[in-house]
Parts: sequence; structure tokens; C-alpha cells
Amino acid sequence: MNMKKLQIFDSIHLYMHYVSINVRSIMQYKVSFILTFFGQFFVSFNVFLGIYFMFQRFSSVKDFSYNEVLMCFSVMLLEFSLAEMVARGFDAFSGMVRSGSFDQVLVRPRGTILQVLGSKFELTRLGRMIQAIVMFVYAVCHCEILWTSTKIVTIVFMLMGGTAVFSGLFLIYAALCFFTLEGLEFMNCFTDGAREHGKYPIGIYGEKVLLFTTFVIPYALIQYYPLLYVVGRSDNPLYCIMPLLACLFLLPCYLLWRFGVRHYQSSGS
Amino acid sequence: MRRHLRRCDMKKYLAFFNLRFSMGLQYRTAALAGVFTQFFWGFLEIMAFKAFYETDPASFPMSFDATVSYIWMQQAFLAFFATWMMENEIFDSIVNGNIAYELCRPIRIYNMWFARSIAIRLSRAVLRCFPILIVAAFVPEPYRMHAPHSLLHFGLFLFTLATGLAVTVAFCMLVYVLSFFTISPQGLRMVFTSLVEFFAGAVIPIPFFTGRMRQIMEILPFASMQNVPLRIYSGSMNAAEMKYAILLQLMWLSILVVSGSLLARCAERRVCVQGG
Repeated sequence: MNMKKLQIFDSIHLYMHYVSINVRSIMQYKVSFILTFFGQFFVSFNVFLGIYFMFQRFSSVKDFSYNEVLMCFSVMLLEFSLAEMVARGFDAFSGMVRSGSFDQVLVRPRGTILQVLGSKFELTRLGRMIQAIVMFVYAVCHCEILWTSTKIVTIVFMLMGGTAVFSGLFLIYAALCFFTLEGLEFMNCFTDGAREHGKYPIGIYGEKVLLFTTFVIPYALIQYYPLLYVVGRSDNPLYCIMPLLACLFLLPCYLLWRFGVRHYQSSGS
Repeated sequence: MRRHLRRCDMKKYLAFFNLRFSMGLQYRTAALAGVFTQFFWGFLEIMAFKAFYETDPASFPMSFDATVSYIWMQQAFLAFFATWMMENEIFDSIVNGNIAYELCRPIRIYNMWFARSIAIRLSRAVLRCFPILIVAAFVPEPYRMHAPHSLLHFGLFLFTLATGLAVTVAFCMLVYVLSFFTISPQGLRMVFTSLVEFFAGAVIPIPFFTGRMRQIMEILPFASMQNVPLRIYSGSMNAAEMKYAILLQLMWLSILVVSGSLLARCAERRVCVQGG
């Protein structure tokens, strides 16, 4: 038991080392860093402007007010950028398979996931994150929510669950590369698409979408249901722990990854 | 003699056009993935607008059917109007100096790039638009795309679609040419792309903006890109508005092309190849 604990600490230590290498290498190109930082900012700023101007015309959408939508979008954006910052290594994974550098990963005495995660750490996603935080603070100030400790915990759970779900999707994206050698563009629907369209509470898209996002890819568990609890539409305590249930999504993703690793044939180059 | 020369000139650029067009047609798997993504995107977009429509139909600035047609057409012709699909090859050639080879040829850089940009966008759209349009015409009712109002509308749609494409390309040309001066194109590109996305009505259609904001947006060159053809197709413009919009489109096209090619000449003159 003690041995295992030590191993975990060691892994965390190693990951931190990876992060620091990545950050130092990014900082060698400061101008490029700053430009990408602002680029990231602008892209999601357009989504915000879309929401803002829609609510200039409409006062609510399916009973959700502007501030509530903003809260929803900011939490989603925060989850996404957290996941992206950490798990972006999976995004560039197709390159790793094609160039054969995954062979190197396999011969090292460490977990494959840890090494792939460590291969990239996107600090530029801070641009998006800062924006999400500003929106979140604004929404909190204007939402007139009676904050209780359970509600605060729910928000923390949402962040954890959301980061897990998006990381899981990135993991699937990478695992599929074992079979296709190339990143599959349609997976973007589930990552970028969810970020863009998750700006509104999923409930507004109707029953079918809600069912799909509850049982297939659990976006609703990290967004819609806990949001209902936080804004006071529902008292169901089950809704607060739903984001934690969403973490289970990582399990099939991990199995797919394992399956992929086992079937990995070096591309030979 | 002069006329003959000009015909030769046209031939050169047509050759560039053909080359790029048939090259673009090769990327079929990428197109398939694109079709899937755009179809998914369009569906969710329509659902979001449907939710707004159901909440408050009175505040909706165009009919719901028109909005649906607008969104499907937007997805089908994404490759025409997406400014983020600028050509990395051109930027790279400016940064790494390969541009020097192009400058040696007896061609105008501006015209060549213009021809190839149009060709690439056209080839992408040709591959993608038909599957999307066909499916959109057959999906169940609230999501179905409707036929244009009249033959005249359809004709004007095709005309403004072509002009809109030209305006978009002419605008991208400005960015290409400007990166002669800045060398690193990244910053310029990001700022321009997000500006265009917003002002062209790619985030939300221009009619959804209110008051002063909408008036300003309608005059800007960005409104001459996707806004005009998509709204003419969906029938949310009356005759006077259409006439005004088309004239504005032609005006912006000529302004952008003239300023772009003047700037290109100026850039060609002061270009400095740094060896290597």
C-alpha cells in the first residue's frame, strides 16, 4: 500500500516536471504566446457577443435569463479550457503515432497516459479561462442566487466532472488514432461543438438532445442538472452529485485507450 | 496586340484556377468529415433558434422558416465565407521567402492569389454543399429547408453568392498583402478573422441585432459577404433592400479589389528578400 502511494506521488512529481519543461519552452516564444493567448480570447469572445446580442432582443430563453445563461456558458468554458490545458497532449497524438514517437513512450517504464499528457501543456488556454472567470464572476454578482455551501460544492463538482468528461473525449480522440492513424475531424463536434452549443442550458434543445446528453455523452450531468440546482429551479439533492457520476465516463474512455494500446502497431517510420 | 495580350493574361490565371480547383477536389475524406460536422452544427444551431422562437415569437426578426434556410445555406457554403480558412501556403511563402520565385514570374501576384483562392473555396464548397443541401431538404418539418421564394430570388441568390465569395476573397487578399509588411501574419489573421466572423453575421444573423448596431453592420463590407445571398435566398429582404444590398456589394467589391491591388503593387516594390 505504502509503495503504491509513493508511486502516485512520484507520478505527480514527474507530471509537474513535464509541465515546467513545457511552460519554459513556451516562454521561449513570448510574442507567439501572447498572440495565441489573445486569439483564444477572441474566439470565445465572439460566442459571448452572440449571447449578449441575442439577449438584447429576447429577455429569456425557455425561462432561463441572460445571467443564468452566462453562468452556464462560463462554467462550461472553464471546464473545457481546464481539460484542454491538461489533456491537449491527446490532441496532437495522431502526430505521435505517425512519427513513431509513441514507440519511445512504450519503452519507458512509466504509464502511457502520463507521458502523453506530459507531452503538451497549453498555457495559452489561459486566455479563454480568464474570460470564463470574468463572466462567471459577473453572472454570480447578477444572478441573485442564495449561495449555500451545497451550491458552492456543486459548482466545484461541475468543474471536476466537466474537466473529466472533456478529457475523456480527448482520450477517445487519441485512442481512435491507433486505428486510423489520423485525427478524426468529426470528433470536434463533441468537443468544440459541445463548448459552442453548451453556451445555453441543454434543456432548451429539447427532450431528445437531453436524453442523449444524459446517457450517451454525459454533458447534461455536468451542465444542465446541476445548473438547475444552483439557480434554485430544483431541490433534488441528486442533482448536486450528478457531475461526479459523469466522471464514470472516463472509464469506457480508458478501456478504449487500453484496447488501442494493445492493438498498436508501429507505423514503421 | 493589346487585346491579344490581355487574353493571354486571362489564360494564365485560368490555368492557376483550374490547377487549384482540381487539386481541391482530391480531398474527399476531409470533405466527408466536414459535411458531418456542418450538418451536426446546423442542427444544433437551428434548435437553439427554435428555443428562442418558442419563448418569444414576436421578437423574432425574420420568419422561422427563413432562419432555418439561412442556417442550412450557411452550413452548405461555409467554405465560401469562412475567413479562418485562409491559405497557410501563402502566409508561409511570405515568411520563408519562397515568394521570391513567384515574383520572378511574369504574373501579377494579386491576380494569381485571387484566382487560386476562389478556386480552392469553390472546390471545397462543391464537394460539401450538395450532401448538406439534399439532406436539409428532406429532414422533418420544422428543420426542413424550403425552396426559394421565386425564380428571381434564386437567380439573385446565385449572383450575390458569387459576388459575396469575391468580396470575401478580396478581403482575405488584403490580409495576405498586409502580412508583407508585418512578416508574422498570426496576429493580423486572428484579429481579422474574429472581426469578420462577428460582423458578417456568422455568429448570429445580422437581422438579430437591434437598432443602431444593426444599421452600422448593414453598411460595413462584412455584410456584403454571406449576409446578402443567405437573406435573399431565405426571402427576408424586400425588393428595395435587395437592390440596395446588391449595389453595396458591388461597391465594396470594387473598393476592396482596387485597394488590395494597389497595396500589392506597393508591397512588391519594397519587398526585401533576406537571402537564404
